[in-house]
Amino acid sequence: MEHIEKTFETRELTISMGPQHPATHGVLRLVLNLDGETVVRCTPYVGYLHRGVEKLGENRTYFAALPLSDRLDYISSMNNNVGYVNAVEKLFGIEAPERAKFIRTMVAEMGRISSHIIWLGTHVLDIGATTPFLYAFREREVIMDLFEMLCGARLTVSYPRVGGVRNDISQEFLDELYDFVLDFPSKMDDYETLVTENRVWKNRTVGIGVISAEEAINWGLTGGTLRGSGVNYDVRKHAPYDVYDRVEFDVPLGKNGDCYDRYLVRIGEMRQANRIIKQCIEKLPAGPVMADAPKFTLPPKDMVLKDMEHLIHQFILITKGPTVPEGEVYMGTEVPKGELGFYFVSDGTGKPYRMRVRAPSFVHASVLPRLCEGGLIADVIANIGTIDIVLGECDR
Amino acid sequence: MEPVEIANKIKEKFPDEVLDVKEFRGQVSVTLKKSRILEICRYLHDDPELYFDYLIDVCGVDYLGRKDKRFEVVYHLYSVKHRHAIRLKAEVSENEPRIDSVMPVWVGANWHERECFDMYGIMFKGHPDPRRILMPEDWEGYPLRKDYPVKGPAKEWPGFLDVLDRAKRFKDFEWHE
Repeated sequence: MEHIEKTFETRELTISMGPQHPATHGVLRLVLNLDGETVVRCTPYVGYLHRGVEKLGENRTYFAALPLSDRLDYISSMNNNVGYVNAVEKLFGIEAPERAKFIRTMVAEMGRISSHIIWLGTHVLDIGATTPFLYAFREREVIMDLFEMLCGARLTVSYPRVGGVRNDISQEFLDELYDFVLDFPSKMDDYETLVTENRVWKNRTVGIGVISAEEAINWGLTGGTLRGSGVNYDVRKHAPYDVYDRVEFDVPLGKNGDCYDRYLVRIGEMRQANRIIKQCIEKLPAGPVMADAPKFTLPPKDMVLKDMEHLIHQFILITKGPTVPEGEVYMGTEVPKGELGFYFVSDGTGKPYRMRVRAPSFVHASVLPRLCEGGLIADVIANIGTIDIVLGECDR
Repeated sequence: MEPVEIANKIKEKFPDEVLDVKEFRGQVSVTLKKSRILEICRYLHDDPELYFDYLIDVCGVDYLGRKDKRFEVVYHLYSVKHRHAIRLKAEVSENEPRIDSVMPVWVGANWHERECFDMYGIMFKGHPDPRRILMPEDWEGYPLRKDYPVKGPAKEWPGFLDVLDRAKRFKDFEWHE
């Protein structure tokens, strides 16, 4: 080594990884200082997808800002919608009817499965396994079709509404979803056969990107990224919303806090999500899907077309917004990536005075230097995959 | 511990710092002076009964023309061990938009504080990397301030006149010739 250093000039190499790079899951730019293959310093640059969602939300009524939440984490828009409407309902002081809550829980878990499937497919693809990616997208397609059947949209759904959901679900939808739920565990076995005990996969992930439990909490990590370190923090258990306190599910936990444990946690989460959907279908009560709170919820569309009073009502709610009590509310929900929080400051008008989005991907991207520094450059790819970030949510 | 008890405990420990305690929808927010925020945060983190180990979020709020001190920096804290939460709000004036960074207590505050600086122009003393994060580094103004317009007078792209001119020329072109 000494001989080499004498003969050749060796120095740190700075390379820019991204913003266009197939393994950065969006437009993330990492500036890496390398000493040979070892990462000495890693500096993330974000903001390429900044659209000013918070500013836009402050200039729209509470109803009109709902589609903005779709565009945060665009591969699990259903969960963002559920988080948004739950926060707004908490601020308004209204509650959705039972049936709507069950439906929301159900579709949110479908969103979780579809998001985790994307994560699994892309994460293993980054590391070099092509087959699970193709398998994973097969199942995601089924969920997308189900979403289309539910509300007409596949990706940016805007299906949950403040005070309930947009429309009731059909029996046909339930039947198809139930078939999917019964079939899904065998599909999970397929993925696990390909990946879990795979020697290459284990070599690339075991002991990579280790973060201890205390450190993970201190960094503010949430979701599977935190639970891989063995911290039992799940918003669905700690502060249940919708019907998470009435369905049975376990929170899978890791031990070592490395990439492999985080993988196991998310695989476990998919199985649990499947379990929750099954229970929701079985327990689904009959009843209305929109809360009876005329001051805060939009009137039913068929009445708007027939009745003058409802038309005026809808007009006022859409243009001026509802009269909201003054105050401030923070509400966190568990989305596939972690804890998505909405913080509203209301000044009594129909628009939020301040809308803050606490995005899990933003926090997770900030931990990248901690995970990557001191490791090899090839492990940077594994680390980006394992923290499960979506840059649309990170940049807002 | 109930959030009101936590607020009372902060009030007992730092009687001069607490300005206001408010409850809304079961969530308690404690308004503080900014001078000893780091000390208060350290106490909340280290005290075994409170043990706020998880900093959910740091964000700014702009109360232009509504409050004496224009800005507030809002901290959402949670204890994973005890399962309780509290919201701290520190008042920051427009003339001196500076506050201590809480990074020595929670490392996770890093990017939240950078974003707060980026969007509101509030400086965080002791922050190791005080750069803009979401906006370009040469950006002027702080987008989330209330006096920053949603739609501003955009500078016209220099090539635009050329495009207009060309469009006009092509419109006049007689195809039959």
